[in-house]
This record gives sequence, C-alpha cells and structure tokens, in this order.
Amino acid sequence: MTAAAKLLEVSGLTMDFGGLRAVDDASLTICAGEIVALIGPNGAGKTTFFNCVTGIYAPTAGDIVMHPPGAAPSRINGMKPNRITALGMARTFQNIRLFPAMTVLENVMIGRHCRTRTSIVDAIVSSRRALREERETVDKSYRLLQRVGLADVADEFSRNLPYGAQRRLEIARALATDPFLLLLDEPAAGMNPQETRELDELIVRIRAEDRLAIPLIEHDMKLVMNISDRIYVMEYGKEIAQGTPREIKENPRVIEAYLGEETHA
Amino acid sequence: MIRLKRSLTIGLWFMFLALPLMVVRVNTLNHEIEWRWSNMIWVGVCAFAVAWMRQFALARRSARPAPAVNPAQRRSLMQRLADDAPLSRRLLIAISVLAIVFPWAVSTGQNFYHVNVMVSALIFVVLGLGLNITVGLAGLLDLGYIAFFAVGAYTYALLSKNFDLGFWTCLPLGGVIGMLFGVVLGFPILRLRGDYLAIVTLGFGSITKIVLENWDTLFGGAAGIAGIPRPELFGLVLDGREKAVYSYYIVLALVALTVFVTSRLKNSRIGRAWMALREDEIASVAMGVDMARTKLSAYALGAFWAGLVGVVFAAHNNFINPDSFTFMDSAMILAMVVLGGMGSIVGVIIAALTLKLLPEYLRAFADYRMLIFGALMVLMMIFRPQGLISDMRRKYEYGRRRRDGDGEER
Repeated sequence: MTAAAKLLEVSGLTMDFGGLRAVDDASLTICAGEIVALIGPNGAGKTTFFNCVTGIYAPTAGDIVMHPPGAAPSRINGMKPNRITALGMARTFQNIRLFPAMTVLENVMIGRHCRTRTSIVDAIVSSRRALREERETVDKSYRLLQRVGLADVADEFSRNLPYGAQRRLEIARALATDPFLLLLDEPAAGMNPQETRELDELIVRIRAEDRLAIPLIEHDMKLVMNISDRIYVMEYGKEIAQGTPREIKENPRVIEAYLGEETHA
Repeated sequence: MIRLKRSLTIGLWFMFLALPLMVVRVNTLNHEIEWRWSNMIWVGVCAFAVAWMRQFALARRSARPAPAVNPAQRRSLMQRLADDAPLSRRLLIAISVLAIVFPWAVSTGQNFYHVNVMVSALIFVVLGLGLNITVGLAGLLDLGYIAFFAVGAYTYALLSKNFDLGFWTCLPLGGVIGMLFGVVLGFPILRLRGDYLAIVTLGFGSITKIVLENWDTLFGGAAGIAGIPRPELFGLVLDGREKAVYSYYIVLALVALTVFVTSRLKNSRIGRAWMALREDEIASVAMGVDMARTKLSAYALGAFWAGLVGVVFAAHNNFINPDSFTFMDSAMILAMVVLGGMGSIVGVIIAALTLKLLPEYLRAFADYRMLIFGALMVLMMIFRPQGLISDMRRKYEYGRRRRDGDGEER
C-alpha cells in the first residue's frame, strides 16, 4: 500500500452556511485500498464534509478532484450527486435512507440505475437490451445481498428489516453502483457490540474483495482503531490532526478535543 | 355501561350535526321554516345503533386472541393473486371477454345509455392511470392534472375545426402536445416538493381553465366548441348506437394500452427510479438517479395519457367547454389514485370505475352525492389509508441454481 495511486484529493475545502463556517480549509487524500477514518466531536463538520464531497452541497471554496483508475482526473465541485456516483463514488447515510416501500432487492437494484441504460422505449417494448440488463441487475443485486448476508430477506420490504440489517443493506446498495470509493457515514451508529464486530469484518472484507478505498466517519473508537490505515481528526470545522491510529491516540490536541480543555485544578 | 354511554353521546352528537341538514327546511314560497323533528329522532336512533354495534364489534375483536401469523408475512388477496400466475391469467382473459361483449349485451337499437356511461367511466380510468404515474409512482402531487386533459380535447377540437384533421391523426398529436405541456410545467417545479408543488400545479390547472374561458376568439370562450366530428371508421356511416360502441372500443383499447405500458414501466429500471424518487429524493440522487430527467419523464408520461384521452373525450361528446375541466375533476382523479392505492394499477381501475359509475347509477341520491363521497373519503382514510389495493411486492427471479446452492449459508 506504499506508493498507491491517489483516488481522491480534497484541498482547502470550505463550506459556509450563511455566517456559519461548517468546514474550514479541510484537506484530505485517499489512496487506493485505504480505509481512512474521519473522526471528531459532534458538530465538527464531518458529515458536511462528506456531503460536499458527494455533491449534496456545493462547497464555498476548495477543490475536490477524483482520479478514477484508468481515466482522466476530474474536478467534481458542485457537480450533481448522480454524476459523481456515476464517476465511481458511492456513499451511505448517517441516518439510514433506504427506500422503505421497496423490497430489499429493489433497493439494491436502484444502485444499478446509473450502470444501466434501458430507456423508456426499451422498457415498454421489452427490448433485448432491457431484458438483458434486467437479468444482470437482478443477478448482480442478489449476489450483493448474499455478500452482506441479506439474501434470505430479498423479497421483504426494507422498512421491515432490523436496524443492523438496514445498515448492511445501505452498504450493499452503495456497492451496486460499482464504486472505487465507498464513503460510510457512521456505519456502526446504533449497533450493538456483536453487530459492530460483524460490520468491522464486512468492511475489511469488502475492501479486500473489491479493492475499494473506504473513507468513513465513525464514533466507535474501537472500530476506527481496528480497521483504519489513517485517521483525520476534525474539530469546529478545522482539521486538527492526521496520522496512523497509533499517532492519533497519542496526539495531545486530539485528546484535548475529545476530553475538553484541561482546567488546572 | 360505558359502551351505552359512549353510544348515547355519539347519537346526540349526530343529532346535533344533522340539525341544519335534516331538520331545518326553509320554505321559500311561504317564507316559513319547517322543523322536521321526527327526522332528528331517526338520526339519533340510527347513529346510536351504529355506534353500539361498532363498540360491540370492537369489544369482540379485542376479546379474540391475536392471530398467530406475523402480520409482515400475511399476504393480501392481491398478493396471492399476483403470485398465482395461471389464475391471474385466467381472470384477465375473463375480464377482457366481458369488456368486449359488454356494449352489445347492455344496449339495444335505440337505448345505448349504458355504453355512453361506460365510455365516460373508461375515460376516467385512463386519466386515473395516467395520474398514477405522476402521483402514485413518482410521488409528485399534481392538483391540475385535468389541464392536460383539456389540452388534448382542445387540440382535437381546434385541429379538426381549423385544419380539417381527422381523429386518428389528432389522437397521437393530442398525446404529444399534452406531453409537451407536461414538460413545460415540469421544468419550473423540479425543485419543489409537497405543499409547494401542490400549489403550483393547482395554479396551472386554474390558469388553463381561465385562458380557455376568456380567449373567445381561439377557444370559443365559455360557450366552448361544438360540432366536433366523431371518430371515423374507414368512411362508414354509423348510427347512434354504433358510434357509441365504436367510441367504447377506442377507449377500451386505450385502457388496455395504458395498463400495458404502465405495468411494463413500473417493473423496469425507469419505474424503480420513479419509486425511489418518491421514497427518498436525496438517497436516490446519491445512488445515481438523475432527478431532473426522471421527474420530467414522469410528468411527461402522465400528461401524455391525459392528452390522448382528451382527444377521445372531445370526439365522443361532439362538444367541449371549459366546464368539463374544473378543479373538481382534478380532485376526482386524484381521489381515484389515492382510494385505489398509490401506484397500484388494479386499484386505480377499480376506484375510477366506482367513483364514476356509482353517481351515474345512483341518480336518485344525486342530492347526497357529495355527502356520500366525502364520507367515503373520510372512512377510507381512517380505515385503509394505503388505498384499496396495496402492499404488493414484486418478486424477481434470481438465478435459481445460485439460490439452491447457497441455501445453507445462513
């Protein structure tokens, strides 16, 4: 993993909401095959950072450049989210955002939308392309469900799934878009230790099998320290530290950010 | 005892509510007010009886042990029908045969009233199915849908009057022009959601009607356009009954076409994108669904059917004026979609037929029509907010071999 190719380069990213600077001059680089954690206290601007990168928000300033493997790099500031997804960056959401009245399988099939081309006319006349793509979509989605262990509830409505399963379904849906970057926004939030351990394994397995780079936001320090290659720490919109898990653990600024400023007693 | 008390309160409450409607009657001839107190007693007794029965039924239901089946696994009638392919195919054939024989069975040489009623009901079935794409599948509330219907109707009326174009040329043109209007309306409201969307579409519906009413030189104003030619059939001369039957078959074919196209789309990449957009806009965009394109296609397709069937409407009636395109009609079509069950094709068809045919055959109760309609809506929303038919989940065939091979995995 030394000299690995850069996949995502964020530099000087700033995001203002009115007078509030939610993200201030943040930079981040992600290389192939890395798991990079973004941590920080609540309200530090982590999710805003993700939203800027995935195109949900258009950042006020800064550069976000994607380097798709085997293609020219492209600057994606203010690009529409669906275009960014098509370029190869997928994400999950902090507060689960599934399609509740659709089945588990259909949820994953939506992820294939940007990789298929069936038009309205194709769909109506049931052209050969439509049939082939439909079959591929179903098969591929089903295989993804098997990988995250949800194959036996494929025909269930996604709203009926337990919480942990919904989180895994979100990951499967994101993987269906064939990403090379997978952004996970607090994947372990609300999970019990057992589920967190399974998630931990799942993330590492996905990285190994698909050779993905995975930036993630997480509060569960055990998970973060376990699986991350590098960690960025944010506080009040600013980046205050970065490094390996060991370095971060010993960084006095990080400890201060998490435990509050030392008041000398 | 408490049940008795509750029922009594309900009875009294209904007596109070019904007071202006059932008891007081103003006789404008003699300048008198009649007080029909006996009616009030009847209202009280009936309300009491119904309330008592309901309480009784509720008590019985709570006394019964809860069913052992997990509600998530309970399958609705429609779900079972959908899973049983041969049965549903046979049912479909039976319904089509019935629909084809229908006009001959119910009409005689001079009396083809039932056929005409059915034509207008089927027109609303197509409208319901069209709006079902926009509202039911894509979740874009549209309170001015009837405007597209008007566009189609006036397209045919004007083209046939001024350019002598025939019905069959105008039919696709009406659809296409309706679709253009759908796109034109769709662009400015791409970013709107919920209440705002409702208000803009409501405004669009009103504007259309006002323009039609006031632009006398082009649209004939409030008097409308008369003498619109009926659909032609290879130059054959048809009598009244045959004309009605011909119109019937044209609309029936349109219904079949709409059902076919909608169900194909619903189960395709496009339909899934519509549904995803309905469920969660941000998530679907983040999953790579092009919001603008998907929303516009939903609007355009919904408007297309309205325009198409508008042409048939104009041809069937020989005459159109703006009064056929009021907000009430938009609301009626929306009610069909909601009552039938958002996104459900069968549900919308049943609801559309019910809402159009019942008032027609219950002319005796014409005075109470809106009252019954309103009550039905309220009851429906309380007891079955998901519509007549819902909870359908589509099952996909995923390679059986894989499924069998990995059966023991979990």
